[in-house]
Amino acid sequence: MNARSGLRLGARALRASTPRAPVARPFSTTIPQYDQGKHTHFGYETIPEAEKQGRVAGVFTNVAESYDKMNDLMSLGVHRLWKDYFVSTLNPGATTPLGQPQKILDVAGGTGDIAFRMLHNAHVLNGNPNIELTISDINPAMLEVGRQRSLALPAEQQSCISFLEANAETLPSSIQDNSLDLYTVAFGIRNFTNMRAALKEAHRVLKPGGIFACLEFSKVDRFPLFNAVYKQWSFSAIPLIGQLVAGDRDSYQYLVESIERFPTQVEFRDMIVEAGFDVAGEGYENLTGGIAAIHRGIKPLR
Amino acid sequence: MKIAANRLRSTCTLQATARLAPKVCAACATDQSRRFSSLKRPPPNYPGHVPLTRVERAGLAIGSGVMSLINPYRHDLIAALGEATATPYFIYRLRDAMLADPTGRRILRQRPRISSKTLSVEKLRQMPPNSVGRAYIDWLDREGVSPDTRSQVRYIDDEECAYVMQRYRECHDFFHAVTGLPIVKEGEVALKAFEFANTLIPMTGLSMLAVGTMKAQERSRFWSIYMPWAVRNGVRSKEVINVFWEEELERDVDDLRRELGIEQPPDLRTIRKREREERKRMKEMQSHQR
Repeated sequence: MNARSGLRLGARALRASTPRAPVARPFSTTIPQYDQGKHTHFGYETIPEAEKQGRVAGVFTNVAESYDKMNDLMSLGVHRLWKDYFVSTLNPGATTPLGQPQKILDVAGGTGDIAFRMLHNAHVLNGNPNIELTISDINPAMLEVGRQRSLALPAEQQSCISFLEANAETLPSSIQDNSLDLYTVAFGIRNFTNMRAALKEAHRVLKPGGIFACLEFSKVDRFPLFNAVYKQWSFSAIPLIGQLVAGDRDSYQYLVESIERFPTQVEFRDMIVEAGFDVAGEGYENLTGGIAAIHRGIKPLR
Repeated sequence: MKIAANRLRSTCTLQATARLAPKVCAACATDQSRRFSSLKRPPPNYPGHVPLTRVERAGLAIGSGVMSLINPYRHDLIAALGEATATPYFIYRLRDAMLADPTGRRILRQRPRISSKTLSVEKLRQMPPNSVGRAYIDWLDREGVSPDTRSQVRYIDDEECAYVMQRYRECHDFFHAVTGLPIVKEGEVALKAFEFANTLIPMTGLSMLAVGTMKAQERSRFWSIYMPWAVRNGVRSKEVINVFWEEELERDVDDLRRELGIEQPPDLRTIRKREREERKRMKEMQSHQR
């Protein structure tokens, strides 16, 4: 047990110093090590698993600066509606446990879109400032954008936030088991090298009764005509806008390809259930015909 | 005097029409019309190649055109505009012009690249004064730029034509050095006018729209001095795309200019400096009067 937590700390130090190199842990077989022979997808490319993290880091470092402007252009502003709705269904601040702050972790939330909405929801709409919100992201550039933007918040909201640079597949031990009330990930999980590991980590850190909520791009298979238009927009217009506005066609080509490779609503729901969560009804809710979908799961009490 | 001028004018028009006369080019004969959708692009013809559909090409042309007019510092968009508007016909014509010339054919066979890696700056500085290489490095130093790697060509489908466009892009600084035009907007537009008259690349012609964004004084200078210079020299000179710059570095630059048929325009930096000083003096006089 001690060896394992010691290794975790060592791993975290290693990861902090060499964010792009695959981490080798000489004495451990329990912590997952990327098999050099195994491959994964990076958009439509197939690359060794160990490379994916660095490649995704490259993409998001490039897009960090113009992230907000590009999001507005790509989704024609609709992403704001999705995020507003996502946070309002979660309603942070209304479900604070008695006598303790509501502990929330927003994963891959570097620029703070979801986190700031959650703070507003709790402090302003529910009048409940008793929340502790951690924004984590694997990419320091995105996290820096979030930090800059958080400076514009009211002081009482700023005091609730902390920033954490971490890999969602192996969260640091500073986030203890069974400690969180709410775990959110918005438009991040499709970039993870190992989604199942991230889901398992989410299961570990949530309290029994805690909620896992994921907002992600999904499939529009139910409406074929709309789907055709959507696909054309994704593959023709979005890389073009990326070229014109951000000067970077390749990052946006990767983004639309990663959306294409993401599992369907049902497949992803099954992965969430496999990780140990319970889902209500279908387990997902489509937005804008399925362009985005909210997946929610609850960690069972026993 | 008049007879000589007439003869010059007739050679100019003869060369101009020869340049424009469409020949049946190899690319027109190949099957480039296979339609595809952006969801399933054909495999790339060279590293970095992105085959574009016609709608995407039009979108890129219009978008990059508008945005580079608004922000002329977006070199990547100017480059993209060049690539998006190069087909049909124009880049093939340029490639055929290279094929028609022995040096051009050698360039196409050897495919030399110009970058800070292939051209050693120290060697250039040691070249004899008034050589092409020395003129080039002096111009680079004067303007404060480097033979940096230009952006890669991505949107031209034919692999050889992609190299032709890349070569044009990388030679652009040599054109600056031989003509002496600076990198300010005025100088770039004047050089683009020359390049259009010489290479007929549509982007260079479209850059003339930037004249509308220049100041009144600059615009009048352009119409009275630089545009006539550009047309006259661009049309009568040999195709500058066929110059093997790497081999001409040691040569006397005036000799090369004579061979190509290019005369230097009035030095733009001196004109601008003089104008700035005059404006300053006028302002001082006005403030003294008060």
